[in-house]
Amino acid sequence: MVYFPHTDDERTAMLAAIGCPSIGDLFSDVPKGYRFPALSLPEPLSELELEREMQRLAFGNRTVSDSDCFLGAGAYNHFVPSIVGDVLRRSEFYTSYTPYQPEVSQGMLQAMYEYQSMICRLTGMEVSNASHYDGATSLAEAVFLALNVGGPKRNQIVVFPGLNPQYVQVLNTYLRGRDEAITTDTIASDIGEKTAAVVVQSPNFFGQFETLDGLAETVHAVGALLIVIGDPIAMGLFKPPGDFGADVVVADGQPLGSHLSFGGPHLGIFTTRRTLVRKIAGRLVGETVDTEGSRGYVLTLATREQHIRRAKATSNICTNAALTALAAAVYLAALGKHGLRSVAELCYRKSHYAAARIEEVAGLQINPQAKDAVFFKEFVVDLRQPANGVCRQLTDQFGLVCGYDLGLVDPAHANHLLVAVTEMNKRESIDRLADALKQVTR
Amino acid sequence: MSEKTVFEKSIPGRIGVALPEPDVPPTRVPCDLLRADNGLPELSQSDVSRHYLRLSQRNYGIDNGFYPLGSCTMKYNPRICETVATYPSFLRSHPLLALADVQGNLELMFGLQECLREIGGFDAVSLQPSAGAHGELSGLLMMRAYHDDRNEGTRTQILVPDSAHGTNPASVAMAGLSLTEIPTDRGGNIDLQALGAACGSDVAGLMLTNPNTLGLFEQQVEEVIRLVHDCGAVVYGDGANMNALTGIMRPGDLGIDIMHYNLHKTFASPHGGGGPGSGPIGASADLAPYLPGPLVSDAVGDDPASRYELSTPKRSIGRVSTFFGNFGMMVRAYAYILHHGPEGLRANAEHAVLNANYLRVQLQKAFQVPFDRTCMHEFVCEGDAKQAGVRAIDVCKRLLDFGFHPPTNYFPLIVREALMIEPTETESLQTLDAFIAAMLQIAQEAETAPELLSSAPHLTPVRRLDEVKAARKQNFGDLGR
Repeated sequence: MVYFPHTDDERTAMLAAIGCPSIGDLFSDVPKGYRFPALSLPEPLSELELEREMQRLAFGNRTVSDSDCFLGAGAYNHFVPSIVGDVLRRSEFYTSYTPYQPEVSQGMLQAMYEYQSMICRLTGMEVSNASHYDGATSLAEAVFLALNVGGPKRNQIVVFPGLNPQYVQVLNTYLRGRDEAITTDTIASDIGEKTAAVVVQSPNFFGQFETLDGLAETVHAVGALLIVIGDPIAMGLFKPPGDFGADVVVADGQPLGSHLSFGGPHLGIFTTRRTLVRKIAGRLVGETVDTEGSRGYVLTLATREQHIRRAKATSNICTNAALTALAAAVYLAALGKHGLRSVAELCYRKSHYAAARIEEVAGLQINPQAKDAVFFKEFVVDLRQPANGVCRQLTDQFGLVCGYDLGLVDPAHANHLLVAVTEMNKRESIDRLADALKQVTR
Repeated sequence: MSEKTVFEKSIPGRIGVALPEPDVPPTRVPCDLLRADNGLPELSQSDVSRHYLRLSQRNYGIDNGFYPLGSCTMKYNPRICETVATYPSFLRSHPLLALADVQGNLELMFGLQECLREIGGFDAVSLQPSAGAHGELSGLLMMRAYHDDRNEGTRTQILVPDSAHGTNPASVAMAGLSLTEIPTDRGGNIDLQALGAACGSDVAGLMLTNPNTLGLFEQQVEEVIRLVHDCGAVVYGDGANMNALTGIMRPGDLGIDIMHYNLHKTFASPHGGGGPGSGPIGASADLAPYLPGPLVSDAVGDDPASRYELSTPKRSIGRVSTFFGNFGMMVRAYAYILHHGPEGLRANAEHAVLNANYLRVQLQKAFQVPFDRTCMHEFVCEGDAKQAGVRAIDVCKRLLDFGFHPPTNYFPLIVREALMIEPTETESLQTLDAFIAAMLQIAQEAETAPELLSSAPHLTPVRRLDEVKAARKQNFGDLGR
């Protein structure tokens, strides 16, 4: 076999050293009736055959050019510079484990320290951990933190209605083991001494900025925590949630240098205030020195974690999303201050151009339920007919993936299309989208 | 020499990647929402490239050498699995595309579900969880829902052997359940008497790692499962150690009700410096209705555009992650399974166990193995060399000077000065012999020159690091303030 190197002679010598007559005898503890089942799996494929089979599967997907795809709703089509993939292919990084031995893991540890630094600056927060699985699980961990800080008397979590519905679903699953429940409300009027956390997403699921001014003060006045779900690209240009007094800022980090990859692996960004650092979940890298006084980095405050504290740990998380966090770090370092700002400006400018074209050419209403809201890179179009059929027609007749059918979330929004526009969408694609929508909805 | 950070290398005005000029007219931006400075560094592309290349040279992966980290299954990652995972039509497919447009992805996921179902002996598999611990939490929430449906919501105790991974008790707490620890007997098995006494009408389930974290197969596993089932509870299998059992035994056949797989261990998707991984869970017919959804189902229709569908089990606990979990890891694991076939997977387990037993026998010349019998894919020894007063951590740090990654240390907690050693099947006899020679030399140094161990490592990019200072200093980032 290619992947284990043992020759017959070596196997014989090793068994002799062990004092065992055959490899099969090493498994004598396994109940006899269950030992060595015949697995009904496909016969092995050589590397050449495997490549063909995986290509066949890949060709089973319909591909649309990046420029013609206007689908977002939680996963975004952004440019991934070559340097990101190049660094991620260094096998010293991707074939390493969690950096438990810091002396031979300085590369990953420093990269994570820098990731934490850049994410803190971007979000306007003081502490970032070294990642969760995705944005939704970051949110669930943030809510658990708020419930732990709030204690048994605070059992209410208030979420704004503009949250990504999949985030709410994941949060509900996580809360199945607890007594606390989610209340959905727009305004903080409902909050009080029982509230542990208020959760708001800005830009929200419909692409619009929520009014964060004064919200933290209202939430803090009743002793609760403010959790904000943000968009890391928007933070390149717009004031970050940290500037509005958020206690925890979470986000899905996929837009920062990770491909869509059919939804994963993505990256869960998690940041908070210094005062809450001992309550947070996940790995944390800190700076220190070695015995000769040289600067170095280690995993720190591990007494929060499951491998030390077991049932008293802040979370069960072990494996995280280190490599996608590395992708984010390389992306942020390569684009830098001005590059990220440009990406955000392009998203803002192109999405507003798209909204204006669709309104003008196709005569369709934009953001019907919040006409004056400021949006970032996504907006809602009222198609005046089911989005479901329009989406299919635009793909089949025009080769355009026009957006997300909001009827899938709520039947009351069956006529609403959520359109995402990023730096990837060229003007001609946007013009074609507006024209196609005009033809189809006429 | 330490490597400067990206902030220390930043020079105002530099940029590593430039974006195209806008091709649409400008639009008004509300000034009160803008920020003055996003705080990011400014570097040229070659600055960035050299920075991360240098950092990679200060990092140790399985490609650098032997990595016998117990419980982590650090095996060689076949390159073909990496290559196929980067095919553009996998990488660039949006998770919310119409199902007709992603039939290739869905066929792949369905194929993987079926393979895992067959390997584990389960009724259904969900690919949603993103890691082993995520699978554990999902499994425990499934258990709760199952008991609730049978009007047995008062079952809140979870039995966990004292040898379990730390994630087990932590997952129990996250699921709002209570923990009862079951001791290990002198043979390295679950103490059956203690287990029998703990089994009762308040027990929701047992979390069983088999082989356990001592690397030993649970010798009375059938009796363990019978005791738990007889009291009306469910058995959860921690599949972290499936590299010992793939093709050797199917946990579902034995009566395990729910189990997670670690695609990043058994099926060689790389560990990525800590993640991302993938932790699918399998379930028996009774528990399958509670799996987190959606799953992929095969409508077996003639229309290739609608053959594979999404379906959510009828009593599903719901989503545990956005979209479908870590699809990129699924591509790698599915390729790995197809590449190996049934005989190849079994041979992997056999050679993983052969390698571990060879190391166990050879290292016993200098290191005590407290539960001494044929092990599975890993074993645990006491890391302070038999005679001398050095500690396991010193042995580990000295191993770094020999170019080896040290084993897992101080775990499991039931062995003093524990070193948990898992060689995996992809290591050659020559590598194992070199590791044995290093360990025996270190054992000798422990007697003759113990300062060589206590001052180790000597040949690494940095010397031993001050972890206490890191915890006290609390410098978690350069915030530029």
